[in-house]
Amino acid sequence: MHTDNSNTKRTGALGLYRHYLSILLRSKMQYKKSFFMISLGSFLASFSVFLSVFFMFQRFSHVKGYTFQEVLLCYSIVLMSFSLAEICARGLESFPGMVRRGEFDRVMLRPRSLLLQILGTQLDIERFTRVLQAIVILIYAVTASQVCWTPLRIAAVAFMLIGGCALFSGIFLIQAALSFFFLDGLEFTNIFTFGLNEHGKYPVDIYGKGVLWVLTYLIPFALVQYYPLLYVLGRRQETWHAFLPFAAGLFLIPCYLLWRCGVRHYKSSGS
Amino acid sequence: MKKYISYFRMWLVMGLQYRAAAFGGIVTQFFWGFMEIAAMHAFHDSNPAAYPMTMEATCSYIWFQQAFIAMLSARIFDSQILDSVRSGNIAYELCRPVSIYSLWFSRSTASRLSAAGLRCIPILAVAVLLPASYRLSAPAGPAQFFFFLLTLALAVLVTVSFIMLIYISGLYTVSSDGIRRMCSSLMDFLTGTYIPLPFFPGKIRQMMELLPFASMQNVPLRVYSGDLAGAEMYRAIFLQIFWLTAMVMIGRQLCRNAERNLMIQGG
Repeated sequence: MHTDNSNTKRTGALGLYRHYLSILLRSKMQYKKSFFMISLGSFLASFSVFLSVFFMFQRFSHVKGYTFQEVLLCYSIVLMSFSLAEICARGLESFPGMVRRGEFDRVMLRPRSLLLQILGTQLDIERFTRVLQAIVILIYAVTASQVCWTPLRIAAVAFMLIGGCALFSGIFLIQAALSFFFLDGLEFTNIFTFGLNEHGKYPVDIYGKGVLWVLTYLIPFALVQYYPLLYVLGRRQETWHAFLPFAAGLFLIPCYLLWRCGVRHYKSSGS
Repeated sequence: MKKYISYFRMWLVMGLQYRAAAFGGIVTQFFWGFMEIAAMHAFHDSNPAAYPMTMEATCSYIWFQQAFIAMLSARIFDSQILDSVRSGNIAYELCRPVSIYSLWFSRSTASRLSAAGLRCIPILAVAVLLPASYRLSAPAGPAQFFFFLLTLALAVLVTVSFIMLIYISGLYTVSSDGIRRMCSSLMDFLTGTYIPLPFFPGKIRQMMELLPFASMQNVPLRVYSGDLAGAEMYRAIFLQIFWLTAMVMIGRQLCRNAERNLMIQGG
């Protein structure tokens, strides 16, 4: 027991996280059939969204000047960044249940970072099928869309991916933080996670000016999706559009502050 | 029959207790509906000639879909039924002089109705008051409204009878989690959750309309606005009744077989 403790103390944060992941992976592999079915189900879920986009474009051929390939570029980037964020931040998603059951006390007693422990509770690796799908669609979109690829445009796509991951992780963090203040009725926060993933498949300006404004100034989703996409597609020439995803990264600061504030307010529900 | 009705009533009242959760759901559904309609407007504006429904019909389709999501969704499962299979508590139910199939059927129908009952009124009330291009308009006529209610009831029953097959699959395999997720995705697509069936290209649409999934939300939501009317509507109602009977019969048979070979592990 003693040696075990000192062993964990010596491992760094990254080592501990890797340890958590290996435990989670091994436990998943105990149920291989279930793992396979869930992966397939998760693939079908996003594949059917792709099919509906495909059928919509077969009928309409374009929407607000965007072609099918251009929308796919947008869709695959959003899908990939959301799925990656979801795989890693799954622990934050189920965090409200942890607070309700009073299990957070146990986490607080341990001398390690709270977030690290929470992220280590779950890993939705089954959703890798969505990432794979997003990669395939992205490759198709990159080659089939008539974009003249410059180094900065390629970088912009990478920035969109990174910024999207950061933004979605931030929203998951807000979701978790809110559960300190409200015990129920938080379903509406799904608008900003699943909702943005689902509706973010189209460039957000097709939803009208109001939506674009909200997604620029309140939840900076347009900064990782719409504006850099315009630059990539050559509709805007200003290079600073390509760097806007970094501005969206700043969104993580208020998210983290809210989380800290929530932790300070935490009162155990007992058990 | 009487016992199932009282079970039904019990679960109906129980479901009506979760008001805070319902509020969160209402806000989500409302935004969801708004975004869907906004996207449909964008497609409509890009190429009005290719648009297969009227815009009013689309609006009412989407608003009813959101308002009744708890009733017609393919993603809502009764966690207690799933748990009872996993934990072995189903043994208690098997001891009672009731049929598992009817018990679960009335239970799922009741919980779906109560969840939808709490959510639908605020959503529909706001949807009626929206500006014209987003508004939920009046039904196409009194007859259409009557058929809307009829097909809605049938749609709920068809949905539940299909969900029942998923529950029953849990009796054969220990963890129905994977099957559940696969069926949900398939159902979402084939029932017209992402895009209504009229948006699919001709051949594919004709095939989809024969499947049991087209007998779910697709029928009532389109009957309301008159998008589905006349002979086509009667055919849809016939298919609803056919699929309901077929799936209840299959479900009952599978359930009976499973009960015979059921193994309760531990106790």
